[in-house]
Amino acid sequence: MKITVDMVEKVAALGRLEYSAEENETLTRQLDGILTYVEKLNELDTTGVEPTSHVLPISNVFRDDVPRPSLSQDDALGNAPDRAGEFYRVPKIIE
Amino acid sequence: MDLYKLTLHELRDLIAKGEVNAKDAAFSYTRRIGRVESDIHAFTTLTANATISMAEAAEKAVLDGKVGPLTGVPFAIKDNMATKGIRTTCSSKMLENFIPPYESTVTSRLTDAGYVLLGKANMDEFAMGSSTENSAFFTTRNPWDTERIPGGSSGGSAAAVAADMCAAALGSDTGGSIRQPAACCGVVGLKPTYGRVSRYGLVAFASSLDQIGPITKDVEDSAIVMNVIGGHDPSDSTSADVPLPDFTAHLKDGVKGLKVGIPKEYLIAGGIDQEVYLAVKEAIDVLKGMGAEVKDVSLPHTDYAVATYYLLATSEASSNLARYDGVKYGYRAPEFTDLLDMYKKSRSQGFGPEVKRRIMLGTYALSSGYYDAYYKKAQQVRTLIKRDFDEAFKDVDIIVTPTAPTAAFKIGEKTDDPLQMYLSDIFTISVNLAGIPGISIPCGLTRERLPIGLQILGRHFDEETVLRAAWAYENATDWHKKRPTLAE
Repeated sequence: MKITVDMVEKVAALGRLEYSAEENETLTRQLDGILTYVEKLNELDTTGVEPTSHVLPISNVFRDDVPRPSLSQDDALGNAPDRAGEFYRVPKIIE
Repeated sequence: MDLYKLTLHELRDLIAKGEVNAKDAAFSYTRRIGRVESDIHAFTTLTANATISMAEAAEKAVLDGKVGPLTGVPFAIKDNMATKGIRTTCSSKMLENFIPPYESTVTSRLTDAGYVLLGKANMDEFAMGSSTENSAFFTTRNPWDTERIPGGSSGGSAAAVAADMCAAALGSDTGGSIRQPAACCGVVGLKPTYGRVSRYGLVAFASSLDQIGPITKDVEDSAIVMNVIGGHDPSDSTSADVPLPDFTAHLKDGVKGLKVGIPKEYLIAGGIDQEVYLAVKEAIDVLKGMGAEVKDVSLPHTDYAVATYYLLATSEASSNLARYDGVKYGYRAPEFTDLLDMYKKSRSQGFGPEVKRRIMLGTYALSSGYYDAYYKKAQQVRTLIKRDFDEAFKDVDIIVTPTAPTAAFKIGEKTDDPLQMYLSDIFTISVNLAGIPGISIPCGLTRERLPIGLQILGRHFDEETVLRAAWAYENATDWHKKRPTLAE
């Protein structure tokens, strides 16, 4: 096994997801199958091969620091699941 | 005349000449949608009021003599591109009620060109899938056989074009999501070079792979749409600042002397259907008959593309989808105990199983202790895959392959086994990893009358040659004129 139920639980916590015990078992089996499949990359010797994160030779795209039109407060808050006046409302963060 | 049966360029020319009224054209499509949508389920949202006001604007533009390249042409837009004031769901419960406060660059360019929006097209949730079965709302049906999938993730867009429910559509392609549904539905789907079309306003899945492109009834239509949506955009820092050619200029120049590469790894791949194999071989002969020079090429790392893709795409997705936390927009769980619980419940209830599976896989691949073994390793293999194409394109101008190993499969056939579903993208995925352009065009029908797709790949920013070869093939055959039998 590449991955266990315990590891899946830890990864779920990192990804801010939760699964029932039954879902976790199914997922462990599926992820194990996928991880076993991707192991085939180890057949390749990649010593000294530069990683590609991006295919275009573009880096650090800057623009002049000048103000441009932006969203109004109402537009920006328009899709908030919960708002209080001009704020997003969330559960208490500090105990 | 049934206006909805016309190609984009035929309809556009009639509207521009004043021979067809833009509102009549729009109504022809809305009536068509009214007749067949209950069988196809291509749309998540139909934009009745916006459709009428855009058609009226097009009508006025014609009267005022201000005709644009797409004045009055009705489109379907995949539901992961932001349309201001119009629901953009990504076919997810997470964004079911999301109304974008801004417009994506592609749709604002279409608007400037005079297009008419008919509605937002169904897709696999967050563009993750090959069948639209991962839509949180419903599965789109293949117009050729409604028991089968239309392909995915841009399945709603491809089905809408194939069923004559729009003149053209936009899709997005991260691992084949324009080309594979185009193949399944017997229409033309182009994934441009990475960076050719702005991603501003496209809901992000895997940012180094995602690219928007047209799904159309023929190759000329594809070139026309590319002329409108392509080009540098300062709002997308990964959009390339390179000249945008007129993609229609050399479309009809033919393929005489063009060097066509056939990658041997693709034709010996496991799982390739015999009918697909034969149709593609025949298509190669057609190109040869028109004076193209056919050569064998080798893409030795083809067999590693799916594994590479499913590590990189899921890693990028796990990062991109971290923004859905139930705070600023999107779904928030109705009940929770504290902030952390709100995050977990909102995400667990708002995302479907495949999206969560990919977030899990990506989070694992990026997690401390596994990063080098999975993510970095995959990035290195990506370099090898890209080099394969660089090498091949030293000898040939285009590469020809099947788009998908089989014709459209049955709904439910692959839903239990995520890995089998991933393997249906085997011929399209390398293209995104290398960032090159690729088109799928119809090249045959199986004995069961299901479309087969021919994939043509080109060098970075050389969509022109890809489109030229595609047009030549299309002009020599009539597969693109075949339409599914549906209610009239």
